[in-house]
Amino acid sequence: MYEIDAKDIYYRKLNETIRDAIRNHKRDLIVDNVCGQYYIGCGISEPDITITINGVPGNDLGAFMNGPKIVVHDNAQDGVGNTMNGGTIIVHGSVGDVLAYSMRGGSIYVEKDAGYRACIHMKAYKDMNPTVVIGGCSGAFMGEYMAGGTLILLGLTQSKKKPLTGHYLATGMHGGAIFIRGKLNEDMLWSEAETVEPSKEDIKNISKNVKEFCKIFKIDYNRVMDEGFVKVQPKTSRPYGDLYIPGP
Amino acid sequence: MELSKDISGCGVAGFINTDGSLISGIDIVDSITLMKDRGNGLGAGFAAYGIYPDFKDFYALHIMYDDEQARKITEEYLDRKLHIEQHGGMPTRPIKKKRPIFFVYFVKPREQSTKVESEEFRTDEEDEFIVKLVMYINEKIDGAFVVSSGKNMGVFKGVGFPDDIANFFRVDEYKAFCWTAHNRFPTNTPGWWGGAHPFSLLGWSVVHNGEISSYGANKRYLEMYEYKCTQKTDTEVIAYLLDLLARRHNLPFELVAKIFSPPLWSEIKKMDDEKRNLYTTLRMIYGGALLNGPFSIIVGFRGGMFGLNDRIKLRPLVAARKGNTVFMASEESAIRYVAKNLDEVWMPEAGEPIIVKLNEEAYKKVYG
Repeated sequence: MYEIDAKDIYYRKLNETIRDAIRNHKRDLIVDNVCGQYYIGCGISEPDITITINGVPGNDLGAFMNGPKIVVHDNAQDGVGNTMNGGTIIVHGSVGDVLAYSMRGGSIYVEKDAGYRACIHMKAYKDMNPTVVIGGCSGAFMGEYMAGGTLILLGLTQSKKKPLTGHYLATGMHGGAIFIRGKLNEDMLWSEAETVEPSKEDIKNISKNVKEFCKIFKIDYNRVMDEGFVKVQPKTSRPYGDLYIPGP
Repeated sequence: MELSKDISGCGVAGFINTDGSLISGIDIVDSITLMKDRGNGLGAGFAAYGIYPDFKDFYALHIMYDDEQARKITEEYLDRKLHIEQHGGMPTRPIKKKRPIFFVYFVKPREQSTKVESEEFRTDEEDEFIVKLVMYINEKIDGAFVVSSGKNMGVFKGVGFPDDIANFFRVDEYKAFCWTAHNRFPTNTPGWWGGAHPFSLLGWSVVHNGEISSYGANKRYLEMYEYKCTQKTDTEVIAYLLDLLARRHNLPFELVAKIFSPPLWSEIKKMDDEKRNLYTTLRMIYGGALLNGPFSIIVGFRGGMFGLNDRIKLRPLVAARKGNTVFMASEESAIRYVAKNLDEVWMPEAGEPIIVKLNEEAYKKVYG
């Protein structure tokens, strides 16, 4: 265990300190008093590292990250997991806008809510299949231009004041799958995606990820799985193929 | 500190004590300075409400001059048009770079000037009189700009990082119930002292992150109502639109927000008849006041503050509450840095204003 005090430390200095510690074979880092420092964990490739963050990390947490596990004991800001390739991010709280922006691998677990445009342009390639589980609700434009990967929205914080998700759900979606627990208001869905019953294979995938989610946040798995899921999938892999040149 | 210019996007922050209690500028400076990297040193500023309790019945004109000549011309003009209760150079600390000179004037339109003195100002409305005066100075007097013109409030802004500007204007020595702040990263327009945020007219002040792509349309719309856009940057139109819609047309902020960030036609189509009618009407009457492009803004007004995003939320805004204080900022960390153990943190929805007002008792205390 290696402790770093981030109080009033500029983000560049903090990230250098973290990288230095990893270079010096520290494997279990605890960063205290974090407040708004950008790019924590950015581009780090070593797989067996854990970075525990106490406080609110700044934008682009874990951007371009390849291997480590980041655990945040607070809310996180915009751009969590931006273009991340591998590893795990766990947020014991809510996250801001553009969660998992262009994420290409690894997994993200958010205990509570996500802001606008979660999983925008998330993509998969061969055996890289990014997975995001949002325990609470999500803002509008969720899954916008989504090209691959798995997004699971549980809506556990849903209330009259707080809808499950917002308008323009899956706008421009052309790959991957979104699983939403509970009833989805079809008005939220934009024109490039459709809802279907999840297949047996899908349910297996959901169960595996929800089990992990419940283990992390100590939530009753059976209670979560008590309710059904709907699957949102793209109608076609090229929704705008005929936008400028009329198709057949 | 090494200057890093690889991060873009302006930063905004603001908070209000709804019980009217006054606090120094130290917290707002800390809050906006935490987001220092959202700006690049080419503009920063603060709006403060409740700072001139001894002159609360007077319009406080903060005026920026390029040189003494501009000051002489402007002061002759002010003398002719207004009763000046008191005036003086604004308290500043020395800085190394070239900078304009700043003066504050506590003024009231004179009885005769509102009625008969001149053609251009023939109006009984004091506010209207001040607006015209501000427009005249900004447009016609070379090297003079009115930075703010409200009662019991003021704007401090210039070219620099937020902590530089705060230090220059001695922001830490003022006490306000509501503070807003801006950290600028100019993209399309020059970084100059007048172009820093907040933009202000009467009690209105605006700090803005984003860009107003509809600037041209908004500017032409405002010109029909005799507002002159002279500050070479887009945000200026928001301040004038607020004055037009909320003061002159007397619209509630809820509607002003829906004029600035209207729902898309596809959403309007799905509404019930009454709502559809309202939103269609707003789009038709106030199309020229629609703000297109990405933005998050924090508006200060007489007795309150409101925050608003563009209609599809292309810029960040976080709000929080602790007891009687409501905070807003581009990043949650900027709030958490100055307020521990918040009662509530939330991200407002696109186009949904968060309106916070002083309670009645506090309003009487501050303005009464």
